[in-house]
Order: sequence, then structure tokens, then C-alpha cells
Amino acid sequence: MTELQNTTAPAAQTPAGDPFLSVRDLRIHFDTDDGLVRSVDGVSFDLHKGRTLGIVGESGSGKSVTSLGIMGLHRSKRARISGEIRLNGEDLIAAGPDRVRQLRGREMAMIFQDPLTAMHPYYTVGQQIVEAYRVHHPDATRKQARTRAIEMLDRVGIPQPDRRVDDYPHQFSGGMRQRAMIAMALVNDPSLLIADEPTTALDVTVQAQILDLIRDLQEEFGSAVIIITHDLGVVAELADDILVMYGGKCVERGPADTLFDAPEHPYTWGLLGSMPRLDRELQDRLVPVRGTPPSLINVPSGCAFHPRCPYAQLTGGRSTTEVPVLAEAVPGHHAACHLAAAERHRIFTEEIAPRL
Amino acid sequence: MTDTQATQTAIPSPATASDREPLLRVTGLTRHFPIRSGLLRRQTGAVRAVDGIDFTVNAGETLGVVGESGCGKSTMGRLVTRLDEPTGGTIEFEGTDITHLGVGAMRPLRRDIQMIFQDPYSSLNPRHTVGTIVGAPFRLQNAVPEGGIKKAVQELLELCGLSPEHYNRYPHEFSGGQRQRIGIARALALRPKMIVADEPVSALDVSIQAQVVNLLDDLQRELGLTYLIIAHDLSVVRHVSDRVAVMYLGKIVEIADRDSLYRSPMHPYTTALMSAVPVPDPRRRQRAGRERILLKGDVPSPINPPSGCRFRTRCWKAQEVCATQEPPLVALKTGHQVACHFPENTAGEAPVDAVA
Repeated sequence: MTELQNTTAPAAQTPAGDPFLSVRDLRIHFDTDDGLVRSVDGVSFDLHKGRTLGIVGESGSGKSVTSLGIMGLHRSKRARISGEIRLNGEDLIAAGPDRVRQLRGREMAMIFQDPLTAMHPYYTVGQQIVEAYRVHHPDATRKQARTRAIEMLDRVGIPQPDRRVDDYPHQFSGGMRQRAMIAMALVNDPSLLIADEPTTALDVTVQAQILDLIRDLQEEFGSAVIIITHDLGVVAELADDILVMYGGKCVERGPADTLFDAPEHPYTWGLLGSMPRLDRELQDRLVPVRGTPPSLINVPSGCAFHPRCPYAQLTGGRSTTEVPVLAEAVPGHHAACHLAAAERHRIFTEEIAPRL
Repeated sequence: MTDTQATQTAIPSPATASDREPLLRVTGLTRHFPIRSGLLRRQTGAVRAVDGIDFTVNAGETLGVVGESGCGKSTMGRLVTRLDEPTGGTIEFEGTDITHLGVGAMRPLRRDIQMIFQDPYSSLNPRHTVGTIVGAPFRLQNAVPEGGIKKAVQELLELCGLSPEHYNRYPHEFSGGQRQRIGIARALALRPKMIVADEPVSALDVSIQAQVVNLLDDLQRELGLTYLIIAHDLSVVRHVSDRVAVMYLGKIVEIADRDSLYRSPMHPYTTALMSAVPVPDPRRRQRAGRERILLKGDVPSPINPPSGCRFRTRCWKAQEVCATQEPPLVALKTGHQVACHFPENTAGEAPVDAVA
């Protein structure tokens, strides 16, 4: 419930008006034999049309579960979902499965990480795009749907789309498969596009092509995009706003510019410090975050990051007992940390910034 | 890595090493995988995974090998460690030709060349304890260390940042980063001279990557190891290597000292590769006309590589000569070899910042 109080008005630079997607205190827990897995534990954010939100975190931080939750793909008996997901004002958690199925693909679509497993090997790429189209356009004839599929393949940059439409996924290269996935996701002009690690399986040169494609398509269609990744470089390329997740919670949220220049949370400092960067002078040594990410069954008490945080002792014991609240540190930029904002800024400018 | 050279004064710098016998010398190495078809399984073609590469690795240095998937870098690693049989060329280790040694003849040499694998989940036997896994090299080589195998294994675990009490645990009890440390401890067991690491950190989370990179760095300093590190991540390779080789479709297109390569890459492919790396700096994308080179299309098939220069189909500088004549790998300045008819950043042109 902690983050509920902090769902203040959107930051100054975000467009006015109601957000297209609004998530409030989302919790997704799974009952397992080993105990309750708190994959997502109170996440809130807003997303406007035409904006891109980047969700960053390590494996097991709950970033993919959040996106699957929005898409309504967690309706098993094991998953316990609470909170609010409002898409264009409509609550998706309260809505029935049939209603969510209507919206899925038409209003919101998803690009998965590995296009080879996400596409059906038995059907041609064209058949799969046609199916996605006809589900939401029952009046369309086969021919119209096929034309639409070819048009989309052409739009995402597949050469000779009228021939390649009849190919099977295995006949495509990795980059082309990911393009075909994007074509499939966009065939119904969704207003919300969720890309879950869209380029992780790809080479850097192909990754650059796909990132450019996603950016161009967003400009063209004006949709809202959520990009989920572990790569800070990729979010820096695409996102307007960034949400950093750790142990199922959002630890920092802010505009991309300030998040990279003046990150507030020690975990974000750790992430930035532990990656070698091509745009900086060579460092002698990287500064890793000590320890390992927490298990979501047994999340550390208080601040989930405290066992790995080099500044945990500065909070006078609060970090082990009290869950920090996501509070506005500077306008539009939120962080969940017990350290006082002034203290954090001092540590960042004195100790962290020179190393980055 | 700079301090590695400083602490190990006995190791010659790459420039002066040319008159000394290198630890590893590879000449004209090829590996063609036959394609058989028809009733008689006659060979109808070949995947030219590695197609004539030359390089040397000097004792105490780190050679990084980068390239996109399918460029043959992993096959090269397997050939050098003789996990696979080359179809042509020679591999000399400390002056001995090991190109076609049999399993038995190779065994004594396995003490000197070890390998670290990419995926710590599949490279450790799930039914063996850590003690058995790390102690296996001693048993296979009939080498009984002083004080017994158990003591040696526990020392190795400590060296790699694991607790000696982990001796009786199974791999599934460890996280990805810890498993990679187990793999490193196993590779170090027999005090090898050279370690071939195939994507040692790419399966790990960002914060853990830095831990493993630093560990490799420390071990090199302590034990005087020579590394051949194969990776696709250019920023990681820059951090760990003394020299870097860039591979494209089974060929080395550029090999140079790290600073020379990253500051003024000469091969167009290297330039494109570097400009494609996403950098965690959102302001970079807003900079007008940022100098990103977007390569078109995918890597051609190694079954039927383009004539002449293999990169010409995607190269923006390609001219007629590129299709007819294969550019040789020649040194254009000290310690910087490149295979291109129209190299970039050559004398006369001011070197531009690699990541501008």
C-alpha cells in the first residue's frame, strides 16, 4: 500500500489529460509449494499516448510479470492479482476474461523476447498475422486480411513481403522474425504496445535496426509503448520515462534524462557503475553491486535492497525494518530510499558521479 | 587491464612481443562443416564457419574476439581448445603443433589450455556436487595435489569468491553468477597457461557481470593467465582485452591493440558495430544527425559467402574491386591489421572518436 500515497499528479513534462494506461498498486503473487512468490508487490505508474516507458531490472525483479499482468495473461488459479490496471479508463482486473480477450491484440499488443518460441512453427508467418487480424476484424475476407499482412510486413521492412508472407518462421533470420512479430503486434493498430526484451536475442547491428523501427512506428501511430529490458543502453535509446524495479517493487521512477544524470537510488547507481561503457574513458575496474538479487519468496525485510546496499548503515537501522516509500525526490522524479534526499545527492556527486 | 601489465613486468608489451615466440599461434585455420544430402549422403556443400584466420596470442595478454552470431567466433574457440577438429591450417601452442593431435596426445596439453563456457546452467552436471565438478580435472589427469584433492578444491573455491563449505552442494543451489564462478574454478584447477572463455558473462545479470569481469581480471593478475575471450558485447570486450580481433563470416576483418581499435577503427564493419552499441545516455539520441551507421539486412549465409570481401553486401563503401578481390589482412600501422580495400581512419584522415 505504500506506493498508493505517491500516485501524485503526473510530472510537469508529461502531457496533461488522463493517462492512457494507469496502473495503481499492482500486486501479482503466486502460490507455490515453496511459499508465496511476490513477483510484483505494489507497482504504480501512468503512461500517456505517444510516450514510452522503460522498465528496467534484473532477472527476477518482476518486470516481465508486470507486463504479462497488464496483458491479462496471468489468469491461472495460482496467480493472485490485486490493484488496478486502467486502460483508457476501463479496469482490466475487474473485467471478465472475455472482455480482456477482446482488448488484447486490438487495444494492447505485445512483442515477446524470443520470436522463435513465440511464433508457431507449423503455420506460415502470413497465416499467423492473418489470424491476429481476423480475430478482431471478423468481417474481413481472407484476401483483405492477406493484403493487410503483406502491407504490415512491408511496413516493418521485410524485403519482398508478397513472397515472404508464405514462409515459415524458421525460414526467417532472427532479426526478420522479430520484425514479423512486430508486424503481428501492430496489425490491429493497438494503442498500447508492450515490448518485453525485444532485442535481447539479437545482434547489436540488428538491435539498432529494431530499436529504430519501434521508434519510427511509435511516431507514426502515436501509440503508448512500454519497453522492458535489463539493458540500460536500450532504454536510453527509446524511453521517455524510466521505472527501475528491484525485488518486485519500483525503487525509482523518473524522466530518462534525469534518471541517467542524477539517479536517486543506490541500486540505480550500482547498475550504472557495473556496466562498462563505450562512451566513457576506460575504467580500471568495474564497480559491481555486491551479493545477488533476492529470492522473491524470501524478500529481505525493510528495503529489499539493504543486504546489497553500501549505504544501508547510514539510515540508522530503518532499512532493515521499514519498507521505504516511493517519494518524490525532485519534481517528477521518485525514489524509494530511506536516505534523506540531501544526503543522497551528496553521496552521488561526491562518490558515485566521478566513477561513472 | 592496464595495471595487469604494470604488475607483471615480465610480460612483454604486444609491440615488442613479435620477436618472441607467442603462446598461441594460429595460421590459416579453417573449419568447414560438410552438408550432405541425397541417398548416398554425398557432400554437396559446406558451412564455412571458420575460413582461414591467422592470429597470435602472447603470454599474459588478453585477446578479445568480437563478432555477431554466426561469424564463427565460438567455432574458433572450440578449435583452439581442440574440442573440434580443424579442416585446415595449423594451431601451435608454445611452439608445438596441436592441430591434429588425437585425444590421448592432447590430454597432457589440456592442463595448459582450459575453457570457460557461456551457459553456467548447462555446463555443470546437475547430478555432481561442486566438489566433484571442480575436482574432476585432478582425477582425469591423475594429478594428486599436495594435501589432497578436497583441500585443493576448497582453495580454488575460495580463490573464485565462493565459500569452501560449498564443497558438498549441487549446482542447482547456486545462482547464475555463482555457477559461473564454479565453472571458472574448474578451469583453473590445473593451473592452465591459457583460458579460452566463450561469452563468460553474457548469461549473467548486469550487476553480476561486473563481479565476474573483476574476478577474471584479478585471477589474471595473480596467476599470470593468458585469456582468449570470445564475446559479442563490445563494451565488455573493451574492458577486458589488451588486443581485439573482429570477426565477420568466418574471417578476421580487423585485429588491433584495444585503444587503437576503439579510438580509430579502420574496417567499416567495426565502425558500424561500434556505432550500433546502445549507450546509456538519452541525450545521445536527441543530438541532431547522430552518427549511427545502420547496416542493412542480415549477415549472409556462410554456406555461400559473397565473393571478394565478405562484408561488401552490407558495406556503404563497397566498389567493384571489393566483389572481385579479397582484401588481405595487412598492418596499416603498428599493431593494427585490417582487411579492407577502403579502410577508414587511415593516415591523412584525423582519427574521430569511436563513439561520437
